[in-house]
Amino acid sequence: MSIALFSDVHGNREAFTACLADARRRGVARFVLLGDYVGYGADPAWVVETVAELVGQGAFAVLGNHDAGVETPDPGMNPVATFALNWTREQLSPAHLGFLRSLPLSSLDEGRLYVHANGWAPGDWGYVTSSVEAERSIRSVQQRWTFCGHTHVPMLYHMAPHRPPGEFEPLPNKPVPLAASRRWLAVMGSVGQPRDGNPAACYGLLRRDPLELTMVRVPYDADEAARKILAAGLPESLARRLKTGR
Amino acid sequence: MGQSRPQPGDVIDGFRLDTLVHRGPMSTLWRVSRPGREGGAPLVMKIPSLAEGEDVSAIVGFELEQMILPRLSGPHVPRFVAAGDFDETPHLVMEWIEGESLQAILAREGKLAPERVAAIGVAAARALQDLHRQHVIHLDLKPANILLRPNGDVTFIDFGLSRHDELPDLLAEESDAPMGTSPYISPEQVLGVRTEPKSDHFALGAVLYELTTGRQPFGDPQRKAGMMRRLWRDPLPPRAIEPSCPPWLQEAILRCLAVEPARLYGSAAQLAFALSNPEQAPLGPNAAKLRQDGFWTVLRRRLRAPKRSDFQSRRVSADLDAAAIVVAAVDLAGGVDELAARVRVQAGRAVEGEPGARLACVTVLKTALLSLEETAGDQGRSAYVQRLVELKDWARELALPADKVSYHVLEAVDPAAALIDYVSKNQVDHLVLGARGSSALRRYLGSVSSEVVAKAPCTVTVVRLRAPDTGG
Repeated sequence: MSIALFSDVHGNREAFTACLADARRRGVARFVLLGDYVGYGADPAWVVETVAELVGQGAFAVLGNHDAGVETPDPGMNPVATFALNWTREQLSPAHLGFLRSLPLSSLDEGRLYVHANGWAPGDWGYVTSSVEAERSIRSVQQRWTFCGHTHVPMLYHMAPHRPPGEFEPLPNKPVPLAASRRWLAVMGSVGQPRDGNPAACYGLLRRDPLELTMVRVPYDADEAARKILAAGLPESLARRLKTGR
Repeated sequence: MGQSRPQPGDVIDGFRLDTLVHRGPMSTLWRVSRPGREGGAPLVMKIPSLAEGEDVSAIVGFELEQMILPRLSGPHVPRFVAAGDFDETPHLVMEWIEGESLQAILAREGKLAPERVAAIGVAAARALQDLHRQHVIHLDLKPANILLRPNGDVTFIDFGLSRHDELPDLLAEESDAPMGTSPYISPEQVLGVRTEPKSDHFALGAVLYELTTGRQPFGDPQRKAGMMRRLWRDPLPPRAIEPSCPPWLQEAILRCLAVEPARLYGSAAQLAFALSNPEQAPLGPNAAKLRQDGFWTVLRRRLRAPKRSDFQSRRVSADLDAAAIVVAAVDLAGGVDELAARVRVQAGRAVEGEPGARLACVTVLKTALLSLEETAGDQGRSAYVQRLVELKDWARELALPADKVSYHVLEAVDPAAALIDYVSKNQVDHLVLGARGSSALRRYLGSVSSEVVAKAPCTVTVVRLRAPDTGG
């Protein structure tokens, strides 16, 4: 059975719809949601409802820093993100907020750890942007495989016992075996706001026996998502970056 | 992992261990069978030595092989059958190759006649092109890892140092010590570079050198400093050791062993092409030389020797695209007509802007089935030579340098079959050919171009003259 991992949807309905459809077309029956459902995009309520529906059907979902930030503003967040979160708060009902509040910081699934940001302190939202942080994360958890998001840039880190960590930029749509002989930290690209230079939406597709991860890229109607961001009065930069993937 | 030593008769994951084939420092190889499966075909199981204190590269090498082998296919690699769970008994089961390693052949015969070396070289270079097309650089080619099947095909084994350009390189972080086998390791591998497909050309060149002369071109130095010498010190030319080595074979071997990238073959297919068309290979200064380069040349090379940072990491597939073999098939039975001229224009476009690309100009001299004997005589010879001259004249306008173009007159009863055979054997990437009209008779009889389009294993561009405008 394949698993689809979605991270950093950020209120982008068009991208999320396209990724869900792509995963279902591939026969995926199990979904993992790695946080940051809201913030930046124009459809936070729809995205939260969709995530809640998936959770109702058995999906795993963890909390992201933007989801937490709706009710507990993070003073460290940049002005654009803060502006978008203030706008987002007004779009969400008490039920939406209640759902987000109920989400855990991490989930365990057959030896796989799901978190939004990192393994060493999931609620501190520290970024994994190099093998130094990757090693810290891998060493601080028991699980052989950790899956996270947060950076919006797909990346794979791996470590063999007593060896230095290695890093690998996974190629779009090319499966990579995650051999049990070492430990892995897989950073998903972003569904709703890619920042690796490729504007196509990104999600992780995990197949088992043997375990293989593919960073699937899904082209979607970014023009429409950008138009809605502008129509909602959100910062123009949030619309622009969807078209460049930066 | 304190596994007990496997014994004959043990059953691991359904495979029965029959006989121990090889016990090396990194792993043991067993001939195994799985009753009722694979039609009883013999298999081989590799079990890594994972005990504490073992060389770490043995473990990583096994991980690499477990990752890469299932992704490879075709006759030039062992077929992957199964892999064992890493937490239970790690192992790898693959096809048993009926054949002999070049190491065994060398041990028995010392050295081989040049024609046999060339034939093995062609088979190995074709196998290498196939491997590179599948995104893998072997990085440990040596006589023990090159098997010759009874049909003459070459199969490579042991992918424990290999690099797949779409997968993480588990050895990248390991060490700056050269990884490879001293006599065959390429200069850039000595520097720690693991992304250069031409490293395999170098190793193959060293193997062909040894098959020709019975000696290893750079000896067997055991330290990095000794291996570094190959960055500037050229080997003794094969002809100085083995006078029967023809100049074109020496040219090919020394070209594989060159340090300067510009002198290397663009792809393994180009090496195979040179070895299978010796009369067409342009001979450089390497072909005739009988001595190593002089002091000043070597000193100059030493001062300019490349560093690790000079090698850019890139994809194998990008290299192959830049070194395409393009064939222009032209029908010159009626002289250079308009269609032949259009084929030339399209062929020129297919190679322009790609300094590594090669153009092979091909024409078919049709022979009638019943008059084979006649054409084989003087008359046939002169028709062949005349057509070759016409072909060269046709290509003159393209103004390609001699090392980028070659000319081939194929004598055949069936032009389509001859072309398909030619592009298959020479691992051609792109075939440009002309098609004459589309009359009802032609559709009925079947045209050369439509048969070639249907069966050629490569990109085919069909050039057709625009039909006259009929108005209306």
